[in-house]
Amino acid sequence: MTKAEIIEKIYTKIGFSKKESAEIVELVFDTIKDTLKVGEKIKISGFGNFVVRQKHSRIGRNPQTGESIEIIARRVLTFRPSQVLKSLLNNGEIVGPADEDDSEDS
Amino acid sequence: MTKSELVEILLSKAAHVSHRDMETIVNTIFDSMTNALSSGNRIELRGFGTFEVRVREPRQGRNPKSGQKVTLGIRKVPFFKAGKELKEKING
Repeated sequence: MTKAEIIEKIYTKIGFSKKESAEIVELVFDTIKDTLKVGEKIKISGFGNFVVRQKHSRIGRNPQTGESIEIIARRVLTFRPSQVLKSLLNNGEIVGPADEDDSEDS
Repeated sequence: MTKSELVEILLSKAAHVSHRDMETIVNTIFDSMTNALSSGNRIELRGFGTFEVRVREPRQGRNPKSGQKVTLGIRKVPFFKAGKELKEKING
């Protein structure tokens, strides 16, 4: 699935023009990106949480040459799927223990 | 930021859209993503990232409380990989 299919759904559901639908979908993802950029997490109930995590610098190794290199401190984005999404992928079965960060309004 | 807070921010940026429509838009986006993933489809969002379903092999696990062995069957998990543009934005 691509953005085009999402835009198509908005077009049929809301009755916006194709252009308006594309703009609003773009706005939604841009707003999410801007929020994550400032380090704030995004919690979409029923879907999952997007969390920015701070990674400390560490010594890594080039697996090909064995050479040690410093991996600099950086921020990375992780997605934690909700229990609902995880169970949907497994025919509604609850799989694995609930993660403590899974609660959607905490 | 929760989904309802996201809707509020979007409304402040697109005043011509009604509250009800904006909620429908945001819900439609995530519902269609959920549907795509549960049908096993990959989602590619240019500038954002990709979502795909990965299969975890069955394994022996242990109940950490009782120490009892449990068999964890094959299961599917959603996996997200941030796109280059978003990665750089977050790290910038």
